[in-house]
Amino acid sequence: MAPGDPIARARHVLAGVPDPEIPVLSLVDLGIIRSVEVGADGTLTVGVSPTYSGCPATAVIRADIVAALDAEGLARVRVVDVLSPPWTSDWISEDGRRKLEAYGIAPPPAPVASVRALTIPEASPRCPRCGAADTELLSEFGSTPCKALHRCRACLEPFDRFKCI
Amino acid sequence: MSTTPSGAGKVAVASRVRHVLRIADTSLVLAQRLGEWVGHAPAIEEDLGLANTALDLLGQSRLLLSYAGELEGMGRGEDALAFLREEPDYLNATLAEQPNGDFGDTIVRQFLIDTYQLELYEWLTSCADPRLAEIAAKAVKETRYHVRFSAAWLVRLGDGTAESHGRVQASLDRLWPYTRELFDADDLDREVAAGGLAPDLAMLRTAWLARVDAALAEATLRRPAESPYHWYGKQGRHSEHLGYILADLQHLQRAHPGASW
Repeated sequence: MAPGDPIARARHVLAGVPDPEIPVLSLVDLGIIRSVEVGADGTLTVGVSPTYSGCPATAVIRADIVAALDAEGLARVRVVDVLSPPWTSDWISEDGRRKLEAYGIAPPPAPVASVRALTIPEASPRCPRCGAADTELLSEFGSTPCKALHRCRACLEPFDRFKCI
Repeated sequence: MSTTPSGAGKVAVASRVRHVLRIADTSLVLAQRLGEWVGHAPAIEEDLGLANTALDLLGQSRLLLSYAGELEGMGRGEDALAFLREEPDYLNATLAEQPNGDFGDTIVRQFLIDTYQLELYEWLTSCADPRLAEIAAKAVKETRYHVRFSAAWLVRLGDGTAESHGRVQASLDRLWPYTRELFDADDLDREVAAGGLAPDLAMLRTAWLARVDAALAEATLRRPAESPYHWYGKQGRHSEHLGYILADLQHLQRAHPGASW
């Protein structure tokens, strides 16, 4: 068993656990790992925020977390839901946004720290394939709860976009 | 919990349970209805849209049912509440159980409930029960998205062809009477409102109506006159449709008690 601080080890492991539906993103990139704590008896508690309350991947994510930590020798693990504050696409890491775009999914725009952002209409995403700005919404809902379907007017390819919530 | 000095602590536990069940059951029954569309919607995008909305509603109802079970303290979890309660124990709004009809009927039902839930959840995010507030804060983000979908379709159908306009107006005329139940306060509604667990329903209706009227104007649809009929789904007295929905929803657990994945 590797030595060291169990929290640091657990965080390192979690950074390598892929999201089951968008495997280029790790759970840490996605911003759903909210806390890692170790109790007096050595039990690790991992706080996880669901992206969407009905997302079918949630149960898989819990199982993956337990399995990955177990493989690292961190066997006593408890996964708890953290609902508040609710997850937002703003929590996807900078790295995660880059990975999403490279994978062909338009990422949500980087968070803006200004109240003006509340009144600015949501901009069209840039096409992740050809980079053109001229894109249109095809459907508010896509292949998973977290995505919408868009199309590029320049290269005419349809593409997924991570929904902004 | 009983020692909490907040308003929530003054409301009887049984009333709090029923209040949470009303919200949970409306989402659950509507999710089940929307699930019937899977594989049958007019286009793949709409199939996905309705299924994704159903999934969100199901997720919200699971959070609420689990909470209702904890409040009740009788050892019933989300599954026991969803799969093993009888029809009169379901407290959903009658509107949610109305049949899918055509796509216009489904969109009108969805729009009326989405906008109601949006106003309700927005209010609940600052209610006297922190757990309910937390669930509402999660649900409100998803519900905003649902409204975008159903309102956009309402406008497209209402302000579309003569055929689509006529049919969606007929859907609205047919379903509108059921909205009355959402805002007619009964004793339970008044009790939980006094405890800071629910909004005043007359106030909620004003906010809801403003939102509905704006969308109807854009959709060139006419708001129907108020109907004298009352519905009492939230008190467990349902239209004839709920029994069939529950037969579908509960069949597996009734035939194979305790079956799990």
